[in-house]
Amino acid sequence: MPDAGVITITGLTKSFGDNIAVDDLHLEVRRGELFGLVGPDGAGKTTIMRLLAAIMSPDSGEAWIAGSSILHEGERIKEKIGYMSQRFGLYEDLTVMENIIFYADLYEVSKKERPARIERLLGFSNLTPFKGRLAGKLSGGMKQKLGLACALIHTPEVLFLDEPTNGVDPVSRRDFWRILYDLLKEQVTIFVSTAYLDEAERCTRIGLIHKGRLITTDTPAKVRKSIPLSMVEIWAPDARKAAEAAKGMAGVKDVSVYGNRFHVALAEVGLTDRIIEQLKEKGIAVIDHRQVLPSLEDVFIHIVRSSEL
Amino acid sequence: MFERIKQMMIKEFHQIFRDKRMRPIIFLTPVLQLIIFGYAVTTDVNNVSLAVYDLDRSYESRELTRRFEASGYFQVFCSIERPEEVQDLLDRGKVLAVLQIDRGFSADIKKGKQAEVQVLFDGTDSNTALVAMSYANAIITGYAKSLGGPHVRASAARLDVRARAWYNPALRSKNYNVPGVIAIMIMLICLLLTSMAVVREREIGTMEQLMVTPLKPAEMILGKTIPFAIIGFFDMFLVTIVGVFWFSIPIQGSLPLLVLCTAIYLLSVLGIGLFISTISKTQQQAMMGTFLFFAPAILLSGLMFPIENMPVAVQYGTYLNPLRYFLVIIRGIFLKGNGIPILWPQMLSLFILGAAVMTISALRFRKRLV
Repeated sequence: MPDAGVITITGLTKSFGDNIAVDDLHLEVRRGELFGLVGPDGAGKTTIMRLLAAIMSPDSGEAWIAGSSILHEGERIKEKIGYMSQRFGLYEDLTVMENIIFYADLYEVSKKERPARIERLLGFSNLTPFKGRLAGKLSGGMKQKLGLACALIHTPEVLFLDEPTNGVDPVSRRDFWRILYDLLKEQVTIFVSTAYLDEAERCTRIGLIHKGRLITTDTPAKVRKSIPLSMVEIWAPDARKAAEAAKGMAGVKDVSVYGNRFHVALAEVGLTDRIIEQLKEKGIAVIDHRQVLPSLEDVFIHIVRSSEL
Repeated sequence: MFERIKQMMIKEFHQIFRDKRMRPIIFLTPVLQLIIFGYAVTTDVNNVSLAVYDLDRSYESRELTRRFEASGYFQVFCSIERPEEVQDLLDRGKVLAVLQIDRGFSADIKKGKQAEVQVLFDGTDSNTALVAMSYANAIITGYAKSLGGPHVRASAARLDVRARAWYNPALRSKNYNVPGVIAIMIMLICLLLTSMAVVREREIGTMEQLMVTPLKPAEMILGKTIPFAIIGFFDMFLVTIVGVFWFSIPIQGSLPLLVLCTAIYLLSVLGIGLFISTISKTQQQAMMGTFLFFAPAILLSGLMFPIENMPVAVQYGTYLNPLRYFLVIIRGIFLKGNGIPILWPQMLSLFILGAAVMTISALRFRKRLV
């Protein structure tokens, strides 16, 4: 049994009927990492989370969480992990305190440790003033923090967060990530899934997943550099039309429009001037252009598109 | 383990009592059903509206009419003057019966000839008509006897049949209905609460959250069913108390036996509730599922229609209906004072049915979890 990583996944596969949700997944996450599973909706992120939390059985493959097998030691895994599903899993008709105590009871947190732990969790999540409030009456951001507090009540080794910031306002999202960084200092391993690429940038390592397949894993910076692309950002009054025109040109790998500008992925650096020239020949006005570093979004879109070809 | 089940239950009670929709189900439904069955749904026939078409206008005809009125079963609605009114009153449902005394009634009596009266009934509601008819027969026979009494020769051998209804001497339908209310109410409330509470966890996403905790499926099932069993017992006592003290329903048998049998009954009811929760995705579906089971369960239980009158195939089907057994048990305990020596076959059947249903549901429940 491997011990190198806190999470070790080998050949994990799961399909629902004809639809392969997770396709031969291999991955290793080390202690204290903040690993981001990045992919569009329907890529298989939630299925991976559920498989790793041992609440769903894989068709084949195996994974170890903190040394326990998801196939054979599901009950032990449940004591070692914290898990927060997309919908936070709160009882809206119970108060903040009642929710926390309920989960503390399920995890059998001893009565002696309990008060200090609850106070700390309420403190870092800024929920202390809302102890007596019904969970249903909290804002989205507060619900999310309460969900996190409940998932942390038994001080798990590994924390699984399934799209934790889905539908939460930007300020609360930033707060939430601050909490996650604090947790990292305590050597908690965090495995988070997200469809937001700005969040992916905050992870120590990410895995891009598309249609159940893990396409690449590395630090966000390295993932960005991993593709041999030169990225040009072009401003145009009619960006959509210009992008459409650029699509067919030689050397253009990919085009994505962002409002009044668009990114063109080129096979080589030297091609930029030729593209601009060609656009002007076609009578398309170009305001400005510059070389940019591909963002994760560019990389992701490029990878997804090329994998679909 | 017990600590976790206890906490599940505490949580469940918190939720039940905070849910504004749940409170009326628990407290209002039983009382409402009791009132409906105690007062409104009565198969007793009283105050049958009667029209009198007296063509004889004699002392004897008036005496017979008076006897109809004095019986308490009939109430004279009006007197009829013209023959077409007979049809009209019955057609429009103004009266349920018409007593027609033809001319010559008193003359025939005086001559010692066979005098005839005619009573017409609206047979739309065949049960009521039959019962009212038998009352009318009794009144007329009684009148005939009072006339004939002194004149009838002692030599004429007469057979006097007197029917006595045991266990419910006054044949009050309340005595029969209130125990039935207890049975159907426990079923409705426990089915609804169990199926909806489980499905609600799935709907709001807490089921997934519970699955990742060390909570075991058995603990979850117990934590989800025991609170509703407690509410089932509470409602049973509530209805029993109201029934005994308000409707003066006699309770002849032992109360501890009633509690024991209710527990056995709850096993199947909660099992079915759990089963419904495993086939429903939303609370609406759970509610639909509950009523899809509940309506035929009542109709095929013997609560309103005797099972013996049903087609044979349907009769076999009723063996799968827990209500069927519990009705026999609860009526036996309330009205006859039956004990285990008489009720054990029903209790055993109910227990086997309950154990089977519970096992199937628990297995399905586990499957849905993993």
